[in-house]
Amino acid sequence: MSAIRPNWQALAALVATLYALTALPFTATMGPALSLAVAALLAAGAILSMLRAARPIETTILAIASFGAAAMLLAGLTGAFGTANAGYFASLAAAWLLGWRLVTVLSGDGSHGDKGSSLVAIAVPALFGIWVLILWECIVRGAGVPFVLLPPPSAIGLRIAGSLPILAADFRQTVLKAVLFGYVVGSLAGFLVAILADRFRFLANGLLPIGNMVSALPMIGIAPIMVIWFGFDWQSKAAVVVVMTFFPMLVNTLAGLAASGDMERDLMRTYGAGHWQVLVKLRLQAAMPFIFNALKINSTLALIGAIVAEFFGTPIVGMGFRISTEVGRMNLDMVWAEIALAAIVGSLFYGGLALLERAVTFWHPSYRR
Amino acid sequence: MNPVISAQNLDLTFTTNDGPVHALSDITLDIDKGEFVSLIGPSGCGKTTLLRVIADLEQPTGGSISVNGMTPEQARIHRAYGYVFQQAALFPWRTIADNIALPLEVMGIAAAERATRVRDNMALVDLMGFENKFPWQLSGGMQQRASIARALSVQPDMLLMDEPFGALDEIVRDHLNSQLLKLWAKTQKTVVFVTHSIPEAVYLSTRIVVMSPRPGRIHSIIDCNLGADRPLDIRETPEFLAIAHQVREGLREGHSYEG
Repeated sequence: MSAIRPNWQALAALVATLYALTALPFTATMGPALSLAVAALLAAGAILSMLRAARPIETTILAIASFGAAAMLLAGLTGAFGTANAGYFASLAAAWLLGWRLVTVLSGDGSHGDKGSSLVAIAVPALFGIWVLILWECIVRGAGVPFVLLPPPSAIGLRIAGSLPILAADFRQTVLKAVLFGYVVGSLAGFLVAILADRFRFLANGLLPIGNMVSALPMIGIAPIMVIWFGFDWQSKAAVVVVMTFFPMLVNTLAGLAASGDMERDLMRTYGAGHWQVLVKLRLQAAMPFIFNALKINSTLALIGAIVAEFFGTPIVGMGFRISTEVGRMNLDMVWAEIALAAIVGSLFYGGLALLERAVTFWHPSYRR
Repeated sequence: MNPVISAQNLDLTFTTNDGPVHALSDITLDIDKGEFVSLIGPSGCGKTTLLRVIADLEQPTGGSISVNGMTPEQARIHRAYGYVFQQAALFPWRTIADNIALPLEVMGIAAAERATRVRDNMALVDLMGFENKFPWQLSGGMQQRASIARALSVQPDMLLMDEPFGALDEIVRDHLNSQLLKLWAKTQKTVVFVTHSIPEAVYLSTRIVVMSPRPGRIHSIIDCNLGADRPLDIRETPEFLAIAHQVREGLREGHSYEG
């Protein structure tokens, strides 16, 4: 067994580092010494990681080389906006390749078993996200991308930190009032109407085509009408959310209520169970996967609906209001701060629902353990 | 003695998109209390349909039927029977104990009484220790035993069983057959049992109803009393084989009518 275990990420990183050596120094403010140090660290990391070291040692080497080089490259950008040369980007690519290798080693190739898998489950996506931010920051500032086109994440982060009261007020207005109210009312109404439509067939026959039509209406068309009907404040946005979330819940619940098997229904019939007993003990349980589907779809629809609805008239607070006005004032960092907030809220909302779904439909074949 | 189930000239025609299907034709059958009657025949002979008519899961289009001296619908509402399906049909979101308690919940029986009955019936089918397991954690044979316990938990006068062991392998099926016999001896329930296995029918029954298809009707009724004590070995005795032969002849004749 040879002492070296080559892999393409480390080899490619080595090639990129060698190329970078032909273009010292990397930026206007980065001296040749620092540039050389970056290249040396990368080369050392690439070579050492190919030795047959134990996994903890290999990951440590990769982490030090990739993140150390990335930190130095970030530091080299101070006062050097738009002056990075090809050597700089070659080193950045090498650091990223070592970062990629790190994720690959952490994920395992199947030979390491499941040890520490819960830690890895968090570490891998986190490393992924960190590298997206590093690349974004270095490319935007190194290549001198205009601020209006794409601000660097550091500027967005500073803007978030400096505007917490504004963001909190927007969050309260849009999420805690419009989204939450509209989501709960819309989903609940869809659910209850589905229960009634299931009991009284004529309701389903009459309602489904109308509901279909309503769901096909463009939100851009409904939103201004809702503003006229319900005023400028959050109520009109909640109304838009109600309209958007009602139909997915209605359709999914109806489909779910039809999901229980004939044999199970016959079984309940042999017990002399009435409509509502069958509904509660059998059909609603079997419908839960469908209902959670609707809840998850609605969680993203509600956020989109409330934000877009604020473009059509709102008091001077709210995430959609902020986005539309700050775009007009070219404050793109504030727009990105709102986008980041929306992304975090949306992910947490969806993630919470997914966890609840696992707890409620633990019996479903896709979750069984 | 009054029969528990009494069918007179029963007729059932399904209306389907391909025209009417004559599922049952002129069925006349009396079943006495405590009997173990098997319905046997090829697919499409109406044996399951007949069982479903007794259970009020299908309505006959002609003739009359009484169950426990009532209409099938009254009998169903009074929970006169426990029905065991081809599959266990346990609810996956309920534990085994909660599944067995399901009909009792529907009936509105108090929690303490439910617990007692669940415990007793789990013991009867030899499933103690599996109360808190979920159905998908059990083998097919254990699931079917749980479904039998569930049918017994309503304390019915009779058990209606629709090929309950049809989806299980031979070894498990033999085991459950002898368990079912013991259960029948212990509880003295009337059992109507649908099967397409000749050895199973002969081994279990006091009477075998041989049915033939298109339209579904009774070809012959064969008495089959091998005594109360039936070890599995009885299936190699001449008496057993003679009855099995008789059933097979009946099935063959019923089938040849098709031409």
